[in-house]
Amino acid sequence: MSPAAAFLLGVRALLPMLLGVAPFGVIYGVVALQSGIPPLAAFLMSSLVFAGSAQFLLAQLVGAGAPALLAVGAVGLINLRHALYSASVAPMLHALPRRWKLLLAYLLTDEAYAAAIPHLLREPRSPLAHWILFGSGFALWAGWQLATLAGVLLGAQLPADLGLDFALPLTFIAIVVPLIDSRARLVAALTAGGAAVLLAGLPYKTGLFLAVLAGLGAGAFMSGRGRL
Amino acid sequence: MNWLPLWLACGLLTFAIRLSFIALEGRYRPPSWFVRWLPFVPIAALTALTVPELLLVAGKLDLGAENPRFWAGLVAIAVAARWRNTLLTIASGFAVLALLRLVPA
Repeated sequence: MSPAAAFLLGVRALLPMLLGVAPFGVIYGVVALQSGIPPLAAFLMSSLVFAGSAQFLLAQLVGAGAPALLAVGAVGLINLRHALYSASVAPMLHALPRRWKLLLAYLLTDEAYAAAIPHLLREPRSPLAHWILFGSGFALWAGWQLATLAGVLLGAQLPADLGLDFALPLTFIAIVVPLIDSRARLVAALTAGGAAVLLAGLPYKTGLFLAVLAGLGAGAFMSGRGRL
Repeated sequence: MNWLPLWLACGLLTFAIRLSFIALEGRYRPPSWFVRWLPFVPIAALTALTVPELLLVAGKLDLGAENPRFWAGLVAIAVAARWRNTLLTIASGFAVLALLRLVPA
């Protein structure tokens, strides 16, 4: 496989998610304007912060006049799970030059990680792993910029709710179900999913992070025959 | 509102979180329990992101006919398990969602 083919593989794996990300981005743009954020600032947040749900919260906190320190802390809490993605892909990116590591870290979102990870797991030592991740990351980045730009330009007109955002969980299902091939992995999935529902009410998506940790612990406990 | 410094602070923090282990790789050895936890990251993270989308409506558990996403998600999970095909999984989920929206509850 060539770098270009690996890049396109990453792009293709992400494309179905854009169906769900696009309306999400448009709504972000509209919500940001309604929070009193200037159009240029709303649009630039998408490249400077580049984190879907954290951008929604940041816009709302700014609109509510929350102190800056609280806003930064909340964004950090929401994005904490990305450290786990970082740890997960780190061994595959170890030999890369620093500029590649910086670029891929900037692009490391839920969606890019989800789209690339089945391919990365299939061939962990692939010399083209970074091109796959770059393809997924770039496709999401470009889609997110265009969608938020559309939201900022549309202004107060919220797009009709066609239920397209459901494409995101459906794509995640398509990715995660084939990965569940052992009892330990099934237990990890059931624990993480159940905990995410139970803890959904916790502020700043901390419940999501704790649910992922619970899933990791449960999976390791099962595969380690009772050792955490 | 001075938005640029705030955006930069939030962006740098997010970037630092995403870069953390990528930058540390080879310079730091995580504890062995952490290494055993890591293979479950894709499954745990994607399931934790997805299940609340299927089971919760406005923050409340809803497994009834009023929540078409639950039934559409169940069908999509079955289709994914049987055929392991991304587009088929997405299409089946949307098909069930559309059907349930047509049928008055």
